[in-house]
Amino acid sequence: MLNRETIANLVLAALLLAVPLAANAFGQPFYVTLATRVAILALAAAGLNLALGLGGLVSFGHAAFFGLGGYAAGILATHAFSGDPLLFGWTGTNQMPVIWLVAMLVAGLVGLFIGLISLRTSGVYFIMITLAFAQMVYYFAISWPAYGGEDGLSILVRNQFPGVNTMKPVSFFLICYGVLITALAFFVLVRASRFGSALQAARQNEVRVATVGIAPYRIRLTAFAVSAAITGLAGALFADLNRFVSPSMLSWHMSGELIVLIILGGTGRLFGPLAGAALFVVFEYVLGGLTERWQFFLGLILLGTVLFARGGLLGLLAGKARHG
Amino acid sequence: MAEPVLELSDIVKSFGALRATDHVSLDLKPGEIHALIGPNGAGKSTLIHQICGTLRQDSGTIRLAGRDIGHLGVAERSRLGLGRTFQVSSLAPEFSALRNVMLAVQAQQGSSFRFFKPVMRDASLIDRSMAMLERVGLQDRARIPAAELSHGERRQLEIAIALALNSKAFLLDEPMAGMGPEGSKVLTGFLDTLRQEAPILLVEHDMDAVFALADRISVLVYGRVIATGTVEEIRRDPAVRTAYLGDHA
Repeated sequence: MLNRETIANLVLAALLLAVPLAANAFGQPFYVTLATRVAILALAAAGLNLALGLGGLVSFGHAAFFGLGGYAAGILATHAFSGDPLLFGWTGTNQMPVIWLVAMLVAGLVGLFIGLISLRTSGVYFIMITLAFAQMVYYFAISWPAYGGEDGLSILVRNQFPGVNTMKPVSFFLICYGVLITALAFFVLVRASRFGSALQAARQNEVRVATVGIAPYRIRLTAFAVSAAITGLAGALFADLNRFVSPSMLSWHMSGELIVLIILGGTGRLFGPLAGAALFVVFEYVLGGLTERWQFFLGLILLGTVLFARGGLLGLLAGKARHG
Repeated sequence: MAEPVLELSDIVKSFGALRATDHVSLDLKPGEIHALIGPNGAGKSTLIHQICGTLRQDSGTIRLAGRDIGHLGVAERSRLGLGRTFQVSSLAPEFSALRNVMLAVQAQQGSSFRFFKPVMRDASLIDRSMAMLERVGLQDRARIPAAELSHGERRQLEIAIALALNSKAFLLDEPMAGMGPEGSKVLTGFLDTLRQEAPILLVEHDMDAVFALADRISVLVYGRVIATGTVEEIRRDPAVRTAYLGDHA
């Protein structure tokens, strides 16, 4: 009943849960933070995976959504802390569920707008136009002094979640883990649905989709906006993890990193983003401890993946992806 | 006389100085197979593109079941009942034969904006798709990815998809191309019965098939329809003989 991919997925999910819990039990909060970073990056990449993996939309601008989610969290928390009104007398909030909703809404709406224009192009042009939009957001954040400009914005106290002490690293990890698993469950449902069918078919053959009477543009636009919203949610969590937001979350390096995560883990695979994020953070930690030039070696690994293991880590673990 | 299902009137399309479609008028009546033939470069493909909506005509109108579709996009025309197959098979290669047909059935049933119900547990999609595969004889290959199907099977699959769309008119672009003699024979028999479901505009190079199937034939040369008529009339037409059929017709 269980195929190899399901087993690989369950093992990955269990590992991500077990490692930080064990680290916490042994009094090693650093590893809990590392695992939280994995979960959040995996969530951001899972958002991108919807557009890129299922829809074939190579967005080189998802840092914009990641950063917008981060700024949504930072700005709301700042206002909640200072009591200055933000909009219509609302003084922001430090409640995570509300922050998440705002982050997803903002990222999703901006994604809708960017998608509206960039999805009229394809291929290299799509990559470049999404990059251009993201850089616009980046430079806007740098040049806007109200929320820290180039220096970024600190969140003095981590935002709260009802009934949980979010200052405890392991509690915050569990929140992020829960959000990640929820997002992956959403991904499973969407992938198997009518919408997911149309989206994946549009990646494989746009003409075929139009010929059966489905306009690919609207399908892709919806996927792009939903993808942006999920990546935005990850951004809000990332801001809370670091208790700091800066324009670097919006930069094109971040967009590239998200694509790298997906390629390392396995494009379009459910647990590709998690596998990729785990690899990436482990490399960053292990190689980064050995040499400042760890990204050179990451580059080699990426090259190896693209040349010899196109399915990424999950392709190695579970073989070729299968459709019904 | 019955109303035509598909009607092209006075279609013109130029690419710079080249007039690829030169005042073409053509219709497709209920129950008939209307073959469109012509030498290479006659403008058959350009005309098909205009009927499907991938190219827009410079002037003239295209009507499907009385409705002007000349300004609509590809997806809208398909939804209104234009079912086509391609000269070179165009399928979702990673999807199984079944899922390729299911895509058409889901489009036919209405919205693709359903996010949570798994398609592979949706009996309304699967049953109808299997029925379509059975009609073209692909039921045993339902779970095979389209990329792994043989050339002939991909052709059959395209027809199954067109069937699933409840098409009002079929537009078949060289369905015999690349089929062996045996495959052509089977397909000819199948198309012969298909015309009862909806009329067929058949673009084809295989003259045996055209002469066996067509109720009417139109001959396109340099973008113009030089003759339209029954098989006998076309065989006898002197202009057609010199322009196209040569002496072996």
